[in-house]
Amino acid sequence: MSTTLILIQVLNGLQLGVILFLIAAGLTLVFGVMGFINLAHGVQYMLGAYLAVWLYGATGSFIAAFLLALPLALVLGLVLEFLVFRHLYARDHLSQVLATFGVILFLNQLVEVIFGPAALTVEVPQFLDWSFELVPGLLYPAYRVALIVAGLLVAAALWYVITRTRVGMLIRAGATNPEMVSALGVNVRQLFLVVFGFGAMLAGLAGVLAAPVFSVEPGMGDDLLIVAFVVIIIGGAGSIRGAFVAALLVGLVDTLGRTLVTDGLRLAMDASAANQIGPAIASMLIYVLMALVLFWRPEGLFAAKVTR
Amino acid sequence: MSDEAQPLGAAPAGPRPAFGLIVAVAIFAALALVPLVSGVWGGGWLTSLAIRAMIFAIVAISLDLLLGHGGLVSFGHSAFVAIGAYATGIMITEGVYEMALILPVAIGAAALFAVAIGAVAMRTSGVSFIMITLAFGQMVYFALGSLAQYGADDGLTLWSAPDVFGTSWLASETGVYVTVLGVLVATWALVHAVVGSRFGRVLRAARQNPTRVAAMGYSVTRYRLVAYVIAGVIAALAGVLWAVHAEFVSPSLGSWQRSGDLIVMVVLGGMATRNGALIGALFFVLIEEALSSITHDWRLIFGPMLVLIALFARGGLAGLLDRVQGPR
Repeated sequence: MSTTLILIQVLNGLQLGVILFLIAAGLTLVFGVMGFINLAHGVQYMLGAYLAVWLYGATGSFIAAFLLALPLALVLGLVLEFLVFRHLYARDHLSQVLATFGVILFLNQLVEVIFGPAALTVEVPQFLDWSFELVPGLLYPAYRVALIVAGLLVAAALWYVITRTRVGMLIRAGATNPEMVSALGVNVRQLFLVVFGFGAMLAGLAGVLAAPVFSVEPGMGDDLLIVAFVVIIIGGAGSIRGAFVAALLVGLVDTLGRTLVTDGLRLAMDASAANQIGPAIASMLIYVLMALVLFWRPEGLFAAKVTR
Repeated sequence: MSDEAQPLGAAPAGPRPAFGLIVAVAIFAALALVPLVSGVWGGGWLTSLAIRAMIFAIVAISLDLLLGHGGLVSFGHSAFVAIGAYATGIMITEGVYEMALILPVAIGAAALFAVAIGAVAMRTSGVSFIMITLAFGQMVYFALGSLAQYGADDGLTLWSAPDVFGTSWLASETGVYVTVLGVLVATWALVHAVVGSRFGRVLRAARQNPTRVAAMGYSVTRYRLVAYVIAGVIAALAGVLWAVHAEFVSPSLGSWQRSGDLIVMVVLGGMATRNGALIGALFFVLIEEALSSITHDWRLIFGPMLVLIALFARGGLAGLLDRVQGPR
């Protein structure tokens, strides 16, 4: 296993981690602040990717598609909040699961009806369609580097909003103790709306950024949603910092695991057996990680909630 | 958000035992008539559909023991179905055709797995419990997909039906039908006996107030663990039946989507009610079949239907049934 290969895998892991962070950031706030289990959050990511497909096709400019997709993703999130989710905040978790599951089924199918069941691809925008030479002889696509940088910039901006602004203070307070915030005269309903729209937009942003890298297809958000839940459980519900650390951790463990586990097993057993078992063990790693975290620190690595 | 969220339709089982019993008997009678009807209309499609619905109903009823009565939201219940199905598939592939041998292995494997992961999962509660059961479910899912000699991701075809004490009872569709219906009725009766027993009272009390139950000297963890094992074993039994019926097993039996479907069935029907899980599972499978025969895009109808039920039908379909019957 050469160092360059590991370097590439680290970059791929960061790329997955950044996408996961953008999805998990909204999810962890919605979950931490409102106690709302939103299974349909992965759908927002899918909608973002399809918005990118549609707007890129219509405008011919990735930048324009990017700038138009964000407000549209926000509007779609707010429409869903208005129609369905706001009626569920006071309900138990299982009603939320049932309703948001229904939303997933509906929107996945709607997207399939409009865009067809086949996977679509978005071309990498021309100004980023070139490669970095990381080390002599090793090229890495510029778009993927841009994706990582964009994700890190968003993370920095989020950190600023959450820790340095009044809204961020309210969100943090809400994640720690929503009843107290409400009792102090903050309009929690409005706060929820802000958090929700914000989260939907971030997931949409993840979709737009991921569209040129992953294939765009109905249901693309479902598996990532489960991984995003793994991220917020590891990071601690309601904690943006936790989501960031855990997203990068999960991204790296998952990506590096896929090559390292198989290679490691080859040392212990014959190659064909290692090739069979390796991927299965690698797929399990993030869940093993989550189980360990839940076992030793049930509240996650960076818990936002006050422990009573 | 409290860890012990009150499930909807959390009325104690059987405030009107007679009515619930009548509904259950009517459903079972209707299911018993299906093989006769299929001779005139529907044929193999109808019996196969009914078998599928009944197997899901068995799993859903076992899940309701955890979800509704125990307050334990297991998001990995389909793993037990997969364990039962794979125990059957692997033993038949290895030339063991006798159900009297397959069944103990399937049940033993499921019970062992339930004890092992249950002991870990019971240390957590609320959303952590949901996620840790999901994690173990995913581990089973990926482990089954790595069984190269048993088909890996593509699954395993069962080339022969198992024997039952040397007879070929399960080789005919009628034999399978009667067996599945029998297991369904037995599961329904067993779970209600369990829920109504002293054990069930402790379990339900622990859902509402675990601290108080513990203070009364009961080991909440032990009661929950036993419930977890019972539910896991029943689900594995359904997995065995699935393998026999479908003559094919694959890791997707244990996917998280399947666990999600099962939760939806129970909540849809009405948790911790006498017939909620039964009605929910039958409704889910039948409506899926009916809508998908009308239009390819049946989820456009089914999705909003779930949303409306979640928003307006508190207590699920069983709750609706109670309301139709009039106020208490």
